[in-house]
Amino acid sequence: MVENRPLLDFLTHLVLITGVAIVAFPVYVAFIASTHGTGAFVSGVMPLLPGTHMVENYSMMWNEGLTSAGAPPLWVMMFNSLWMALIIAVGKIAISITSAYAIVYFRFPFRVLAFWMIFITLMLPVEVRILPTFKVVADLGMLNSYAGLTLPLIASATATFLFRQFFLTVPEEIMEAARVDGAGPLKFFRDILLPLSRTNIAALFVILFIYGWVQYLWPLLITTDSNFYTIVMGIKRLAASADAEPLWHYAMAAVMMAMLPPVLVVIFMQRLFVKGLVETEK
Amino acid sequence: MQTKRTIFSNKRLPYLLLAPQLVITLVFFIWPALQAVKSSFEREDPFGFKTTFIWFENYTRILQDAAYLNSLGNTAVFAVSVTVLSMGLSLLLAVCVNRVMRPGRIYTTLLVWPYAVAPVVVGILWWFMFNPSIGFIPYILRGFGISWNHRIDGNQAMLLIILAASWKQISYNFLFFLAGLQSVPNSLTEAAAIDGAGPFKRFWTIVFPLLSPTTFFLLIININYAMFDTFGIIDATTSGGPAQATNTLVYKVYADGFVGLNLGSSSAQSVILMLIVIVLTVVQFRYVERRVQY
Repeated sequence: MVENRPLLDFLTHLVLITGVAIVAFPVYVAFIASTHGTGAFVSGVMPLLPGTHMVENYSMMWNEGLTSAGAPPLWVMMFNSLWMALIIAVGKIAISITSAYAIVYFRFPFRVLAFWMIFITLMLPVEVRILPTFKVVADLGMLNSYAGLTLPLIASATATFLFRQFFLTVPEEIMEAARVDGAGPLKFFRDILLPLSRTNIAALFVILFIYGWVQYLWPLLITTDSNFYTIVMGIKRLAASADAEPLWHYAMAAVMMAMLPPVLVVIFMQRLFVKGLVETEK
Repeated sequence: MQTKRTIFSNKRLPYLLLAPQLVITLVFFIWPALQAVKSSFEREDPFGFKTTFIWFENYTRILQDAAYLNSLGNTAVFAVSVTVLSMGLSLLLAVCVNRVMRPGRIYTTLLVWPYAVAPVVVGILWWFMFNPSIGFIPYILRGFGISWNHRIDGNQAMLLIILAASWKQISYNFLFFLAGLQSVPNSLTEAAAIDGAGPFKRFWTIVFPLLSPTTFFLLIININYAMFDTFGIIDATTSGGPAQATNTLVYKVYADGFVGLNLGSSSAQSVILMLIVIVLTVVQFRYVERRVQY
């Protein structure tokens, strides 16, 4: 700090505490709602202090779901979300790291073309190619399957660029030494490059896990069978029916559960999260 | 393009390594994109038996369509408001955290977690708070004589999605502003302080100009975010209503294609969106080449 200004210090903390409160308030309200019984939402204003029905609301949603809203138990949807997020994160990392390896450590015809094809995926977010992609997935018979949920989202230009960038900084001498010792390309990749990329992989995994978990539009289109609902898309149904009849406590319990895993990942892996975020955007 | 000085000489292995990524790119990205371009020049009869090639008719029609122009206007208002509001708040918070030193880490943790909240969940949280019948905020507003009902009032609906989308984006902007602020050398601010510049003058004449690369980068990212990553927020809060007041370009592609089943028009809209993304990406990359020194 450059100089001592107590008044400004006080103002700084005031701004920060207000900021933290604004950021936290919507979630606080949702949490409070999830601890009340049906009666709390019939009339007047939503409660702002915790109620006594927390355990029963959560266990009811977790084990049984809300059949009237066509929503399966939370554990089913949480499992689907987890599975989808893991496949997307691992898949993106796996295909990107091998692509980057091919582009940096080999010279072959069409290398530049391959690079540009991967680059183009950046310009085609799923939101702009919804209908034709849906058609492709339907033609391949992949509606209501984990393959249909994940494959169309799995190509990743940013991850490929990140690994390419990182490989270019790996000293040439390591590769030369490995060649002298007789290591082939696959052995070099597995025993040297992969261990060197460990931090990058971990940071990327955090970002991509969140990316996979929060997907909404795609699962909404692809899944009609409630066994494949992810929690993020299932919530929309719950909320719509909560507005029709006062079931806010159930809907908000589901909202809390949908937020919990990725938020915990950010809080407990903050260092990797920040690294991943800053590096993928370069 | 750059490779290593020493390389492996295998002929087939690199293709094998690239194959998974390229197959997925071709099947799920490039092929559908070409299909979208193709059907944007066609008209399908109502039963799907026959398609006719009609040149740019789909484009001319949507560009004359009041509903499309309305959604273009909505998108502009929405994107600009979200960008300004979210970046302004984030910069303020980042400057504060950068000032307080040690407790800054705790504040950072408490500010960044909304990044991990899904857009649709953000939408539901804000929709719940602003719910006209039981919401907390309408209740407070009633005390001031304002009646809140975003189901009827288009401006209020727009305000609601702007607030929700900005709330989510604060965490992202905050992290990048904080990183930018931390890379401003202390010696500069100290020298200015010795010359008698107060904290506000120091910020506006030294720190803020040095932040301009970060600000520009975030500008592009935020516009991109507001246009393409807010589908869930809009779907959960207003579904484009009331009376199309919050229908943005991306939401309209979905509504016309999946709900309205108008293939040609939806495809033409997709193609226009692709062009917008391409412009944004090119701007971002040209600029990034200058910012990052390779």
